[in-house]
Amino acid sequence: MTGDRPPVLEVRNLQTVFHDLRGAWPAVNGLSLTLHEGEVLGLVGESGSGKTVAGFSILGLVDRPGEITRGEVIFRGRDLLALSPEAQRQLRGSALAMIFQDPLTTLNPVLTIGEQMAEAILEHARVAAAEVRRRCIDSLRRVGITSPETRLSQYPHEFSGGMRQRVAIAIALLNSPDLIIADEPTTALDVTIQGQIIAEMQALQRETGTAMIWITHDLGVVAELADRIAVMYAGDIVEIGATDDVLDRPRHPYTRGLLNSVPGDTARGERLRQIDGTAPPLSARPTGCAFHPRCDRATDICRRVEPPDTAGPAGRRWRCHHPLPEAAA
Amino acid sequence: MTAARSETEALRPPLADTPARRAILAGLKRRPRIRGALIALAAIVLVVLLLPLLASQDPYDLASFSVMDSRLPPGSESMDGMTFWLGTDSQGRDMLSAILYGMRISLLVGLASTALSLAIGVTVGVVAAVLGGRVEALLMRLVDFILGFPTILVALVMLAVIGRGVDKVIIAIVVVQWANYARIMRSAALGERAKEYVEAAYNLAYPQRRVMFRHIMPNSLNAVLVIATVHVASAITLEATLSFLGVGVPVTQPSLGLLVASGFDYLMSGDYWISFYPGIALLALIFSLNFVGDRLRTALDPKRA
Amino acid sequence: MIDDAILDIEGLGRSFTRQPLLAERLLGLLGRRPEIPMARAVRSVDLSIRRAEVLGLVGESGCGKSTLGRMITGITRPTAGRIRYKGAGVDEMPPAVRRGFTLGVQMIFQDPYASLNPRQRVGDILAEPLRVHRLAQGEPAIRARVDAALAEVGLDPSYRQRYPHQFSGGQRQRIGIARALIVEPELLVCDEPVAALDVSIQAQVINLFLDLRARRALTYLFISHDLSVVHHVADRVAIMYLGQIVELAPAAELFADPAHPYTRMLLAEIPSVRNRKRRFHAVKGELPSPLHPPPGCAFHPRCPSAMARCRTEAPALRAIGPGRTVSCHLFADERGPQ
Repeated sequence: MTGDRPPVLEVRNLQTVFHDLRGAWPAVNGLSLTLHEGEVLGLVGESGSGKTVAGFSILGLVDRPGEITRGEVIFRGRDLLALSPEAQRQLRGSALAMIFQDPLTTLNPVLTIGEQMAEAILEHARVAAAEVRRRCIDSLRRVGITSPETRLSQYPHEFSGGMRQRVAIAIALLNSPDLIIADEPTTALDVTIQGQIIAEMQALQRETGTAMIWITHDLGVVAELADRIAVMYAGDIVEIGATDDVLDRPRHPYTRGLLNSVPGDTARGERLRQIDGTAPPLSARPTGCAFHPRCDRATDICRRVEPPDTAGPAGRRWRCHHPLPEAAA
Repeated sequence: MTAARSETEALRPPLADTPARRAILAGLKRRPRIRGALIALAAIVLVVLLLPLLASQDPYDLASFSVMDSRLPPGSESMDGMTFWLGTDSQGRDMLSAILYGMRISLLVGLASTALSLAIGVTVGVVAAVLGGRVEALLMRLVDFILGFPTILVALVMLAVIGRGVDKVIIAIVVVQWANYARIMRSAALGERAKEYVEAAYNLAYPQRRVMFRHIMPNSLNAVLVIATVHVASAITLEATLSFLGVGVPVTQPSLGLLVASGFDYLMSGDYWISFYPGIALLALIFSLNFVGDRLRTALDPKRA
Repeated sequence: MIDDAILDIEGLGRSFTRQPLLAERLLGLLGRRPEIPMARAVRSVDLSIRRAEVLGLVGESGCGKSTLGRMITGITRPTAGRIRYKGAGVDEMPPAVRRGFTLGVQMIFQDPYASLNPRQRVGDILAEPLRVHRLAQGEPAIRARVDAALAEVGLDPSYRQRYPHQFSGGQRQRIGIARALIVEPELLVCDEPVAALDVSIQAQVINLFLDLRARRALTYLFISHDLSVVHHVADRVAIMYLGQIVELAPAAELFADPAHPYTRMLLAEIPSVRNRKRRFHAVKGELPSPLHPPPGCAFHPRCPSAMARCRTEAPALRAIGPGRTVSCHLFADERGPQ
């Protein structure tokens, strides 16, 4: 899978801060990751972890009061952040696509689906009207929307939530992107609809070879969908590796804590092994390892020194002074 | 008990005060535009309160001025050596003193009528929203009815019926203004009523009155208060108009509008100051009120919070 | 009817409709009244909740579970059917007794950000029911009960001075739980209490529920769309679809051996950390709207086992085992103890 081809995306040391009256607070704190063609990376974290900001930062879509202060986002060999805004805009929507969380607000309510899809095509290429229509119908059909010809002239409010998300995916796919960043695309949808959409995305992704970053808080979804998982906490990736490896043999206490928080392994009716405390707000990040106040393995060094990025075999990485032993589950 | 505590967030203090609250205060201190408007408003209120000290003459005391001094231009001196900084009117009243007293009347009318209209309108709005059904229909039709008439017309009719005087003017303004607040309050209250903390209040078997006035009303006030700050200015304008038309405050207690009206006849002969300076004062008062109201609306916008 | 049931509902239903417009009334006079849309959020539900049990109610959006919860709590009035609380019919209760029912069944709400009055301090939110209903005499007694309530849900008593916006979602949910408990209810209806919370906070709140249940011998109706959470906490589980209960069974049995095709679909669709790289198979159809329910069995358009009968005839709820009922034609010939 990874092979000899260069990675589609390589993020190096990305830092994004948010400004308020009191100062600049890091939301993404030196994030690095690599993504290859056809790969699905699950970016997992809870609120306050910075996962959404990371997704937006990779696309360069950060507005005030946020600011990307450091790092490189190498996409197909070029640093996105160093490009001019115009060049960035050209890439976004064609080679780079994003799918957002809320299907209600993703689509413009006063334009028909056809108009919005055509806009997405014509912004990036000169295409004849007949060809535009053909591509739109094709795309809609691929995401499982029946009678796409009639659907083109309908408005978003005539679609259900699940359908709207499908349309958003169709728009993302229109220009055959190399990379799709999906930010919690199924969180707002029912379980059965979520299943459908994930299935369709899986099929499409396999068919087109598009690389995908799937941002979510749902470990179950990434377990079934992702090739690799990155776990985020307080702006850092605390653990990254192949799905099976991370889920069966977590090295970071937070990952294990997340796994324990989900009812599944714990016997029915028994207390779940919870993580105490809450995620720190942006402006009150603990010194040393950000997770130390909630960690049952914390020692003095954890309070003082930020843990280094430790590398294991085959791209496995973690940030912990006292990682869980290898054999543990 | 303690076992449960140690496992939860009791050890961490709750999140700090929302930045919004502090930002508003800090912003007020820092942003010169709000500061300027507040300073202007504060200055006016201060002056209004301190005018017995500042005014060289009590314009209500008919003995303190004489017709001999009438229509003197700004800067002239009176018989007793007092300087008429802004001139005198046709009665010999010092314009500056008249303006200072007049602003008090205008401000009083503006604030009192708005406060009363708010009280009535807010109550009607909440009751209509919560009780629904026929009560709501009845009240809202009444509101529509009142809002269907031009404000000045209603006020004129009322004043023709109840007579002149500062208190009567306030009543006339209230009769029209309350309907605005009722309408806004009703839609805000309808929105709040659907929220879960109200459902919780019903679940806890609180009496209807408590739910209306202790739960729904305080949380629906935001939208109304913002409108109210702007409506103080329009109440003042309304009073000025009514006085200008001759049905507002009595001649012996002139408001700014009345002063403008009294000088109207002399504009063409060059004695501009009798209308001009009161007009400027009126403008300044309304402008500052609108300004602060606008800024307050932006600051109170819940989307910023 | 079960003897030790704390709450029974029979044929409970709730429809939402609007008053006919003037034009429609006129047409009605002419004998041609057009159809007024009516959404039957809850159709006809029979259910008994046993003392000290945790009954899970599972369904997706639009199935009516929240509406059902609100009718049981007394927040919404049913448009059909009856509720019996501790053996007495709620409709026939005199006001004082009725208040006992309202206070006895308390709800925990889904949205921690909307379920607390933003303008009241936490201490007042908790003290208010005590004051209104005179459940404690004098300020010191009230204060003591408020402190105890806060401690019970794991919050520091000094928090009573603060306003809701100063707390996180998980903490707010705890405050909501404290408020419900302070009136000493017998039945807690939890409407998606952890859906809006992060996973690690969910675990904390779920543990709190388990602790409270053990300590106070409360009865719970736990409404959720998250089957794995319900599986963890519930004794019995009811599955709801488009306003009706389609299956009811003890939790372990439901998960081990689901009967109704919709239950099977739900179970198959829940993403679980255990499954890896499962190939998702697309499931057909969308959730129908309560305004236009399909004829016959409401699930038939999406059911992999649909038969001709399902299109025309709605199945009845039948017993298929001890404590297990299902509403499906596939089990039409099952007999069993009722």
